[in-house]
Amino acid sequence: MLGQTMNDMTPVASEIMTSENGKPFKLSRRGFLGASLGALVLGVTLPAGRAGAQAAAASVTPGTRVGAFLEIRSDSTVLFRSPFIEGGQGIFTAMAQIVGEELDIDPTQFVIEGAPPGPDYLLTGGGRFTGGSMSVRMSYDTMRRLGASARQMLLQAASARLGVPVSELSTEPGRVVHAASGHTISYGEIANAAAELPVPTDVVLRSRADFRWIGKPVARLDVRDKSTGKAQYTIDLTVDGMLYAAVQHSPRLGGEPDALVNEADVRGMTGVHSVHRLPGAVAVVANSWWRARMAVEALQVTWTDVAPQTAHAMPANFSTEAHMAKLKATTGDGVVFETEGDAAGALAGAHRVIEATYDAPYLAHGQLEPPSALARWNDDGSLELWIPNQAPEMFQADAAKVAGIAPEEVIIHSPMLGGFFGRHFLYQTANPYPQAILLAKAVGRPIKLLWSREEEFLRDTLRPMAAVRFRAGLDSNGMPVALSAVSVGEGPTGRWFGRRPDKVDSSAVEGIAGKVYKIPNRRVGQIHVDDPAIIGFWRSVGHSMNDFFYETFFDEMADAGQQDPYELRHRLLADSPRQRTLLEEVADLSRGWKRGPFTAEDGTRRARGVAMASPFGSEVATVAEVSLQQGQIVVHDVWVAIDPGSIVNPAVIEAQVNSAVALGLSSALLEEVVYVDGMPQARNYDAYPILTPDRMPRVHVRIVESGAPMGGIGEPGLPGVPPAVANAVSVLAGRRVRRLPLSKLDRKGVDG
Amino acid sequence: MELTINGTKYQVDIELDTPLLWVLRDELGMTGTKYGCGLAQCGACTVLIDGQATRSCVTPMESVAGSEIMTIEAITEDPVGQKVVEAWVSNQVPQCGYCQSGQVMAATALLKESPQPTDDEIAGAMVNLCRCGTYNAIAAAVRHAAQS
Repeated sequence: MLGQTMNDMTPVASEIMTSENGKPFKLSRRGFLGASLGALVLGVTLPAGRAGAQAAAASVTPGTRVGAFLEIRSDSTVLFRSPFIEGGQGIFTAMAQIVGEELDIDPTQFVIEGAPPGPDYLLTGGGRFTGGSMSVRMSYDTMRRLGASARQMLLQAASARLGVPVSELSTEPGRVVHAASGHTISYGEIANAAAELPVPTDVVLRSRADFRWIGKPVARLDVRDKSTGKAQYTIDLTVDGMLYAAVQHSPRLGGEPDALVNEADVRGMTGVHSVHRLPGAVAVVANSWWRARMAVEALQVTWTDVAPQTAHAMPANFSTEAHMAKLKATTGDGVVFETEGDAAGALAGAHRVIEATYDAPYLAHGQLEPPSALARWNDDGSLELWIPNQAPEMFQADAAKVAGIAPEEVIIHSPMLGGFFGRHFLYQTANPYPQAILLAKAVGRPIKLLWSREEEFLRDTLRPMAAVRFRAGLDSNGMPVALSAVSVGEGPTGRWFGRRPDKVDSSAVEGIAGKVYKIPNRRVGQIHVDDPAIIGFWRSVGHSMNDFFYETFFDEMADAGQQDPYELRHRLLADSPRQRTLLEEVADLSRGWKRGPFTAEDGTRRARGVAMASPFGSEVATVAEVSLQQGQIVVHDVWVAIDPGSIVNPAVIEAQVNSAVALGLSSALLEEVVYVDGMPQARNYDAYPILTPDRMPRVHVRIVESGAPMGGIGEPGLPGVPPAVANAVSVLAGRRVRRLPLSKLDRKGVDG
Repeated sequence: MELTINGTKYQVDIELDTPLLWVLRDELGMTGTKYGCGLAQCGACTVLIDGQATRSCVTPMESVAGSEIMTIEAITEDPVGQKVVEAWVSNQVPQCGYCQSGQVMAATALLKESPQPTDDEIAGAMVNLCRCGTYNAIAAAVRHAAQS
């Protein structure tokens, strides 16, 4: 059997109620009320009182109440409240395409903002996340029905206005048409009347053949604003009367500020309003952020030792090198996650057995917008927060606990994200907003808190490190008959959403488990080892390293059996037509498979690597072409064939694959968070290099719509990149690459 | 002291060594120029100083007295800048968009200096970081702008 929870974050959603962070959270109704009381809201009206709203909320079916999502304005433009937050993945545009298609309004007429917390928006398995490459695939049908429902209500309102039956009416983008009389009514004219009507329960959706915007490369709605500096992120927002705050964190998580040696001097610095002690940090509030930062960095702080029972405190002697050695030295078969046949027996009887241990390091998110938070306590006792986040309801619940008020007293605004890649989930010590709440309370003014890049590198959550031991058994023909993998480490889903000791966290093994190759005897196990760092979700989560482990070991199996790695994949996918087709597609896209080494037209010695991945409901095949020049790995081309089942916007998919290739390559070549003495050694991009433009390969994308259930797009392009590149490097180097980043590879004597 | 930004003179009375980035963002409310690293590593804060692409996060305010400062806020008032913006839009360059103010400013500086840049000149000038990996789209848009 395949792992039952692979390739998505449904366990995240289903376990929210037992989360260590979320606790059983109450959902705010404020957002919905805000939506339903607007002048031109199209939708049902709720009782304005809080109790009434709560009673109504209990029976809400997410994604059905038109008024919570849509406001059609008098000029027939549409304000749409998106359940998902835009952070570069193009989700706002996708929502406009999907809803606009059924509502019959051109996507360009949409103005989109992140929806407030509320029961209407819980569209990802009963919860609400922008993550797990879930947004479109989990809301597609619901959002189509929502658009169609709104269109039906507009038709009914037009019918009443014109005194003709609905059956005689049709729509054109933005208006209702009565063909017999030649009358047209713009949506804006009848939006108020339509809002009084009940939401229909049975609507007919457009047929796929009639789509005008779904499936088309519709231009993104936010591109002009983002090309002219007009797009606003949390870091750009201001409110009247606000002060700025900067922090200095304890060098190791768990330390508390003890003596502030020169506090009086710092208080006297220009522009400084006040100096504050916070949990695990000190802060300066000033009349500009630069002054606040200069002051807080001038503050000479002694930090207490960590109290012994502090959760996730960073040990003073922690090093990534020692922790990796510990992972590699941890023996055993672990808790089984996936099993087929008799791996142990088949290994014992195999003609030949090969084994190898792989590892991958911590990674930082490195999104270019540093985290910030804007907090304002309002006169009515409510708290208003503008915060980068991927899960408004969870942040609302947690903010309420920090603030000591009820969740419905916390108003959450979710601005555009300046990159996220998993950075903006609820991560407690990695989120700045608790500090902003406390500071705003302490000074009685709104606070805009910004973490410097250095503080961000100190408190970012990390992609976990892991080691995986593989054993494979080959028969006398060189065909794999058994594969055993044991992953050692900790997954982020278990860390943040609860872990049962007898159960494997799928985020630790996804990409090792869930492979479709026909190897008759398989076992995937996992040994949990607590990770001392604050680990988190990083674009493509477990797949970001596990597909590297598996797909590079796959080439070791192929080499041991004297088989071409492409041909062996092709043979082992004989019973998996979807994946086999995709493998053939990527070979075709790259003008035929050739492993090399071969000499390119420019005289360089090159090789290609291939990798398959099945992440987040999509299927991906990747080929990379690589050379080694003056000791540096040069990736010339990456070809990606991706099958997400069916699509909404091919241009966005191509952009997301480009982006995933860049991030995957960055991790493969360059990235590694190193701790010594419990402290990260890199505090900015100078010591934590990320992919630069000169190392970006050409990227070639082919989209295959197999018609399978819709899969994700934001993350699936990433996992195949590190193994495709590593497999090519291994050909050129003449030996296997078993750890990342490749910059650690000793390439003496292997320059092409 | 007095600063000339986008053709307008501003009186700014704060510490003279304040980085230009924070003068723009917090004193003058011009938030199109972004803070990314503070160390001239990423280029999100790129502005033009007398036409040259400059990283404002490490540029003390006093060092640009008397210079012409151009920020993203005035990009479409500049003929070259306008061309770059249109190329950015038609090539659908931005993803998260956070670095793109700096990218557009860097491209504008390049095309002012070298209206028909070679690929090597583009590679030499377009060195700002983009975590979304829009590098290929950026290069394509610069070539597009040069041809338009």
